[in-house]
Amino acid sequence: MFKKLVTGAAFALALIPAASFAAGGGEQHIEDFQFSFEGPFGSFDQNQLQRGLQIYTEVCSACHGLELVPIRTLADEGGPQLPEDQVRAYASDNFSVYDAELDDDRPAKPTDNFPGSALETAPDLSLMAKARAGFHGPYGLGINQIVKGMGGAEYIASLLSGYTGETKEEAGTTFYENKAFPGGWIAMAPPLSDEQVEFIDGHANDLHHLSEDISAFLMWTAEPKMMDRKQAGLVGVLFLILLSVLLYLTNKRLWAPHKGKKLH
Amino acid sequence: MSGIPHDHYEPKTGAEKWLHSRLPVVGLIYDTIMIPTPKNLNWWWIWGIVLAFCLVLQIVTGIILVMHYTPHVDLAFASVEHIMRNVNGGHMIRYVHMNGASLFFVAVYIHIFRGLFYGSYKAPREITWIIGMLIYILMMGTAFMGYVLPWGQMSFWGATVITGLFGAIPLVGEPIQTLLLGGPAVDNATLNRFFSLHYLLPFVIAGLVIVHIWAFHTTGNNNPTGVDVRKGSKEEAEKDTLPFWPYFVIKDFLGLAVVLVVFWAIVGFMPNYLGHPDNYIPANPLVTPAHIVPEWYFLPFYAILRAFTGEVWVVQFASFVTGGIVDAKFFGVLAMFGAIIAMALAPWLDTSSVRSGKYRPQFKWWFLLLVIDFFALMWLGAMPAEEPFATFSLIASTYWFAYFFVILPLLGVIEKPDAMPATIEEDFNAHYGKKSEATPAE
Repeated sequence: MFKKLVTGAAFALALIPAASFAAGGGEQHIEDFQFSFEGPFGSFDQNQLQRGLQIYTEVCSACHGLELVPIRTLADEGGPQLPEDQVRAYASDNFSVYDAELDDDRPAKPTDNFPGSALETAPDLSLMAKARAGFHGPYGLGINQIVKGMGGAEYIASLLSGYTGETKEEAGTTFYENKAFPGGWIAMAPPLSDEQVEFIDGHANDLHHLSEDISAFLMWTAEPKMMDRKQAGLVGVLFLILLSVLLYLTNKRLWAPHKGKKLH
Repeated sequence: MSGIPHDHYEPKTGAEKWLHSRLPVVGLIYDTIMIPTPKNLNWWWIWGIVLAFCLVLQIVTGIILVMHYTPHVDLAFASVEHIMRNVNGGHMIRYVHMNGASLFFVAVYIHIFRGLFYGSYKAPREITWIIGMLIYILMMGTAFMGYVLPWGQMSFWGATVITGLFGAIPLVGEPIQTLLLGGPAVDNATLNRFFSLHYLLPFVIAGLVIVHIWAFHTTGNNNPTGVDVRKGSKEEAEKDTLPFWPYFVIKDFLGLAVVLVVFWAIVGFMPNYLGHPDNYIPANPLVTPAHIVPEWYFLPFYAILRAFTGEVWVVQFASFVTGGIVDAKFFGVLAMFGAIIAMALAPWLDTSSVRSGKYRPQFKWWFLLLVIDFFALMWLGAMPAEEPFATFSLIASTYWFAYFFVILPLLGVIEKPDAMPATIEEDFNAHYGKKSEATPAE
């Protein structure tokens, strides 16, 4: 009886990975960065998120926005977790927003969202880490996405550190060769380089580290509730396993009077 | 309301009698949950409860999501992100709703294939089967429209492709497409009517579910042997059956709990696994995604849709015979809907007098092939439309139709069934021993 139940569950499982095939993204090279938030128990590294925020503010925000992210969430637990007065200062020092009531721009407040992209051709980065899949796990290679995740952060980090230095001109636009970008040529000039951002604590700031830090930050902007979600997942799974065991015992006892000796 | 003789509700106290003579609602509930159920049901029979759970889950989470969602092309995407970031518990509710659709389809596919194997569609359960197929079609419509609501890239382009299918119908196609879209292209009007229908259809499904349950409560459940419950007397029926409560409720809840362990692990640890990353990019009518792929549960039928290209002789023949009215595009649409209609017609296409596939030595293998075929089509639906996938799709689609229109009718004539148990009691005892011989449990 239990064997059949397991078969049923296995069948249900088999349906799931078989499901989301889709075409892969060509000849991309995605490096498998080791992020602290990987796996069922991984969590964001607060210091890394703060470094990422600094990189975003000093470099990325010149062109790219984060318009879906409320500035106040920088103080949220599990995120960069800046003290609230720092968040207030950060908002007003770095951004100004248009206020319809004043009919004028004013310094940003924590309750505002980050501004949108300053450059029209630069996509908003709020969800970038979820809108790109670095690993086409179930698409090409079966189930390795379960272990590695979607790899959105890996994709961004690989892209930022994947410039070869080659350029070409097409119809007046310069394209830069990039090992991670689908098709190999991207319109964005290499945004980061070694030692471009200085950290107060003197943390390593070579290109590889900078790429990793900003990608972790963008993973947080895309999925700020990741820690809550994983915790709910763990508690729920444990509770449901307990419930299953109790139901199994109840069911066994309930049916026992109607069943004789099992013959085979 | 069951055709199987059993005890009915008897009002005892004065208050119960008062109510019962005016509205026999307690009796209705009693008879429904105490229905005599074949005691040899196996674990493939738990999916009905899983489906009922899914419907409730989707309606409850959906109603909460609607409280925070805005159906407007400029605001929909941001309102979903508002739910994900600012609404208390919103991220979990949304992920549960999103993955709940997948659980719903996993369950419905297993439920359908269980019916196909054990002959649950055969007389006298044709109505149950047809209602079930209607529910399935409405589920697909509901899921499709729900996927459009976040207004991401896949939402927009999926809506464009699928509504385009209706445009392939000759003469009436374009008016139908315009009606679906509320205009010449996918736009705000489309989003609004999809939102309206996505809210409405689940309640239509709920109504049909009641009819579905009513129908099989009238005929009684099928069971793994396909042998009917003896209905001569209550004593006889009781040898073959046990009441639904508590025996099957507890058993089904056990199955449901195990299924939910897997479901919750997906929601908690990889909620975007079954989705497409492109749907986290806001809809942009000017940028077509590199690959427009439907959700996994549509892939088998999407593969059938694409399999019949202009190079296939059947398509060329159909085009020639109809003077070009049935072109390749329309043929594909017909094939896709035909593949579902073929399933719905199974009660009349299957000529075998034996219900359960357990006692049909040849049928077993053809059925196994159908299951493999289904997975193959699912895989092919996600592959690009090029060789060798195109040829594989054509072969797999052909088998799907051959199974229903050729194999099912022929097998009933040529196949010699195995010996069957005379009664459900005999089958149950063969597995678990006679009650009288039973040693006390534990």
